Amino acid sequence: MTGLKEDFHSLHLDGLTRRFGGQTALNGLDLTIERGEFIALLGPSGCGKSTALNCVAGLLPLTAGRIMLDDQQVDQLPPEKRGFGMVFQNYALFPHLSVQKNIAFGLQMRKVPRAEIKRRVAEAIDLVQLGPHAKKLPGQMSGGQQQRVAIARAVVLRPPLVLMDEPLSNLDAKLRLEMRTEIRRLHQSLGLTTIYVTHDQEEALSLADRLVVLRGGEVQQVGTPQELHETPTNAHVADFMGYRNLFDGVVERVDGEHATVGLLGTTADGAAAGALATRDRVRVGIRPEDLVIGAPGATDALTLDATVDVVEYQGREFAVEAHLATGEAVHVRTSERPTEGSTIRLTAEAHRILVFPSAAEPDDSGAAGASAPLETAGSPA
Amino acid sequence: MSAPVVDAKRHTPQGDPSQKPSLVHRLAEHGIDRTLWLLVPGLLFVIVLFVYPFLYGLNLSLHPNKGGMFGAYKAFFTDPDMRGWDSLWITLKLSLPAALINVIAAIPLAYMMRGNFRGKRLLTTILVVPITLGTVLTAEGLLNFFGPRGWFNRFLGLFDLGPVQLVQNYWGVLWSLIISGFPFAFLLILSYMSGIDPSLEAAAKTLGADWKQRFRRIIMPLLAPGLATTFCLTFVLAFSVFPSAILVGDPSGSTRVVAYVAYNAWGQMFDYPLASASAIVMGVVEMIVIGVVLMLRSTMYKGSTGGKG
Repeated sequence: MTGLKEDFHSLHLDGLTRRFGGQTALNGLDLTIERGEFIALLGPSGCGKSTALNCVAGLLPLTAGRIMLDDQQVDQLPPEKRGFGMVFQNYALFPHLSVQKNIAFGLQMRKVPRAEIKRRVAEAIDLVQLGPHAKKLPGQMSGGQQQRVAIARAVVLRPPLVLMDEPLSNLDAKLRLEMRTEIRRLHQSLGLTTIYVTHDQEEALSLADRLVVLRGGEVQQVGTPQELHETPTNAHVADFMGYRNLFDGVVERVDGEHATVGLLGTTADGAAAGALATRDRVRVGIRPEDLVIGAPGATDALTLDATVDVVEYQGREFAVEAHLATGEAVHVRTSERPTEGSTIRLTAEAHRILVFPSAAEPDDSGAAGASAPLETAGSPA
Repeated sequence: MSAPVVDAKRHTPQGDPSQKPSLVHRLAEHGIDRTLWLLVPGLLFVIVLFVYPFLYGLNLSLHPNKGGMFGAYKAFFTDPDMRGWDSLWITLKLSLPAALINVIAAIPLAYMMRGNFRGKRLLTTILVVPITLGTVLTAEGLLNFFGPRGWFNRFLGLFDLGPVQLVQNYWGVLWSLIISGFPFAFLLILSYMSGIDPSLEAAAKTLGADWKQRFRRIIMPLLAPGLATTFCLTFVLAFSVFPSAILVGDPSGSTRVVAYVAYNAWGQMFDYPLASASAIVMGVVEMIVIGVVLMLRSTMYKGSTGGKG
């Protein structure tokens, strides 16, 4: 029961599939994770990200697929033989054991000599800055402290892989930011290969080396934070990456990377985010911060007139919800406060307008609607 | 939440020292409000059906037919017809093992049944059915099954074994206590078990603990207080054993339990004070056993176990 080797080169997830009865929770997840990488699985609730994590941990059996650590197949091993560290959403600290004993638990299971356990537990407690609380029971500590214990308990084993299941979702906004930095710091100093599950795109973008966006059990896109942020492959990823304005349109003209689209009773020039042909139905995505209030300039590819409905103060800027003459809601960020009820003219530049082919998916509206509230998890509720 | 209340007490409203908070508010601060009326039916029941009869019996036991204030108690322990010590010992020999066996047997079953699986409801029903059977029905079943001409002995007869004497003695009563007490123990322990957050076991798994280690290091410590409570309850049930001691036992000899002795004093000897004294002694012994178990329990971890409770 020594767990798996720590000095592997890469972990391969090969067609990971999990069905519950007739429901496919995860369908063919392929991913190669290099040692030391920080991977975030990102998606709305029910997208299969936690299923994927539990499958990798061994807490859920696979319906199909393989997990390979270099050339060793590990998906047949029970979780206790895999030795992957896991941090749970509700922390799952043993309530009857002190902080020290919680952290020592895994080492004791591995029959590590007593003196070494003592030394490594002390190190881990220092690492997460819980020195004064070592003898406390988990119930006597705050959520943030409990989360630190959970992290220390997982990393003290120096596992080949650390799995984190929405570890920050039960913390308040301030602590969440602090712990996010803490997790990043730990990852940088320990270099532990990490798979991190979250529904918070900001969290994923700020922590991960690479992101995997899931939807309905299917992988939508894999890439670096920058790739996902700037060139989402489809409207769903775009929706999740902060393109709050998504409009239906029809392609009028395609010119290489550029497309002219008829939408909202006008036309827009945008960047094609996939193969397009004339008369294709498309989704057009624009970020709230890419819409500019003011007079149209020479380079503007889209001009819209809208009536301001709601203005939210958000510190440095205002989040504005307005509606177009055609009835669609449009979201804008601006540094100057428009008055409610006034008419504003919105413009955007061509390279800030993404044109996605709309895949004919029957469950389109439902899933997109469900993910809408999650994309703004970083802003005040 | 409590801070503003404290404030309100220190600084009376509008800084006027003569103005006190209204009576309703002052009472509410001590937890006195109209919802207390909800206690009335329960209190009435307890007083009429428990406190009064108990005090009546206690008083009766202290006014024996002969021999001073504690004459009945003296008779219980020393009268050769009563043999009180013997009957207490017999009752403990039945009820302690019965309670222990019930609790121990229920643990693995509850552990297996804590998750969801097909047929769980059916299995639970089968395990709980004995609750619905009265002691008499259980006893008749035992007589038919384990009796000298019962199926069990006939089965043994096929192999030229037996017959084994399993009823009209200690074993018959013990069996009966286990059959009727097990469902209680199982249901209680199942609810304690499902109160333990399943992610604790998942966490222990990922930390390298096999099922034996998880059971010993995580499940048992969190379950132990519940086991103590369950033990107390099944013990009390078993200690007051009466019908099965007569029906499947040997009430004049090896299963001459305290309840039977008290019943005899009342129904055969018509010595009400002696019967009351027997019952009081019985209660005291139960209290002692429960006291010891609860003392052990107080040394255990009793906080949240993280589950749905």
